[in-house]
Amino acid sequence: MNIVVCVKYVPDATADRHFESDSTVDREGVDGLLSELDEYPVEQALRIKEQQDDEVQVTVLTVGPDDASDAIRKALQMGADKGVHVSDEAIAGSDSIGTSLVLAEAIKKLEHDLVMCGMASTDGSMGVLPAMLAERLGLPALTLASEVEYDAGRVRIRRDGDTATQTVEGTTPVLVSVTDQSGEARYPSFKGIMAAKKKPVETWTLSDIGVSEDQVGLSTAWSQVMATEPRPPRTQGEVVADEDGSGATKLADFLASRKFI
Amino acid sequence: MREVLVLVDHVDGAVSKPTTELLTIARRLGEPAAVFIGSAEDADDTALKTLKTFGAEKIYTVEDADFRQFLVAPKAEVLAQLVQQVSPVAVLVASGAEGKEIAGRLAIKTGSGLITDAVDVQGDGDSAVTTQSVFAGSYTVRAKVTTGTSIITVKPNAATPEQAEGAGAQQAVQVEISEGAKGARITASEPRRSSGRPDLSEAAIVVAGGRGTGGKFESIEEFADALGGAVGASRAVVDAGWYPHSYQIGQTGKTVSPQLYIAAGISGAIQHRAGMQTSKTIVAINKDEEAPLFELVDFGVVGDLHSVLPAATEEVNKRKG
Repeated sequence: MNIVVCVKYVPDATADRHFESDSTVDREGVDGLLSELDEYPVEQALRIKEQQDDEVQVTVLTVGPDDASDAIRKALQMGADKGVHVSDEAIAGSDSIGTSLVLAEAIKKLEHDLVMCGMASTDGSMGVLPAMLAERLGLPALTLASEVEYDAGRVRIRRDGDTATQTVEGTTPVLVSVTDQSGEARYPSFKGIMAAKKKPVETWTLSDIGVSEDQVGLSTAWSQVMATEPRPPRTQGEVVADEDGSGATKLADFLASRKFI
Repeated sequence: MREVLVLVDHVDGAVSKPTTELLTIARRLGEPAAVFIGSAEDADDTALKTLKTFGAEKIYTVEDADFRQFLVAPKAEVLAQLVQQVSPVAVLVASGAEGKEIAGRLAIKTGSGLITDAVDVQGDGDSAVTTQSVFAGSYTVRAKVTTGTSIITVKPNAATPEQAEGAGAQQAVQVEISEGAKGARITASEPRRSSGRPDLSEAAIVVAGGRGTGGKFESIEEFADALGGAVGASRAVVDAGWYPHSYQIGQTGKTVSPQLYIAAGISGAIQHRAGMQTSKTIVAINKDEEAPLFELVDFGVVGDLHSVLPAATEEVNKRKG
């Protein structure tokens, strides 16, 4: 059985993230890492691998600049078997439409019974990529799983929606996206870190997956950013100490002054 | 005037407030046409009247008996078929988890650009210009779709719903759902129990509790009730199992943008700020005067939430008289 996990290399959310002059995200001036939300599908893939008697191969797939190989390395350290890094200058500035095309074409070249994704990235955080991938690959999609069960080609998930908790089922080949509620991701062990050094990572260009340069990149994006502006910083208002219970009265005064009472 | 398709979000026929916001926005771009997917009983007079009252010139009704048990994909096929038939100027969908998936699939199906989580949409000539709030609310981005139909998911509270009687001409639409869209079958569904409080994403006032509550949420809930607000929780609270995940505010939970946000016992990590930074007025109560959230507040109290909140609840109830 083969599992492909799609992961993204993102700017560190705790760093000062900003835009370049062409309105793309600065991915080089800021330290990056494996998106925290993509550790969860890696974890779920590894748990399925550990539960199966048959051999399960977990391949980590990423699209991004050279540094994005860091994201693959982290997943290999956690226990994934091999990595594929699609890297091509022409991809820079692609929107989710272009990125989903690159991922889909790469996945088509890989054996895949299960395709797994996180719920969203921590930078763009549109949360649409799993649905777009499923659409492009023609796979059923079990999305936003907070629990994943796999048994002999059948996948069952729990999906906690806004109005109901659902059980959703499908059969392989199938795409599954998982939330941060699906189970804590493991830390790489020392053994895992050492073993990762010997695991194979392939680097593919656009021509390797049969995508032409004019299908991706900033200039062919289907939506256009017209302007980016830093939001004016909030100015700190009054902060009072609660002495002898005065805090509650002052809080009520404030709420009344803003007409909330 | 070209049509603007609005996908109606409803639970058993009860039309959500964000749908009325979408209809209000649709009028800026063209002629609002609501797309109601549900059973004939769901599409009752009350539902249709709400859509009409908020400006729907047309209401497409789609009976979903054949595909209700499948997740998301069939709804995207319905919209794709309508897009082909009426060539709308835009398709507006509410920015929930399901709405975004529908929009993502629709973009691929129709070869159209997609913008998600708009906090404002304005007409500009033939195009729809969106405003988004990104990087935990630290940047504002203005964008537009340049290819195909503008497909936009819009966040709750992006517009104040305005009534404007539309013709509401009802038209039943027949659709063919492909076998491929029937691969994810819903085999069980348990409705979430209502708390009786306003919906978190849509509420004008939100009172949220963090690690500092120590798991005791009574004072949070009572203060929320005194103000008529919704209750929220930080990730630490949800991870500790003190409050359900559906109340989580932050990057991996809900993003809220209420008139008033009150954070009690929440220090304010970047991931939490991402979910509340665009709130109009922010108040924090925390024992730790160094809590980063105090940097954002319009008003703050350094003190123990377990004594401040009950006293404030009493004070608010007294003043309400």
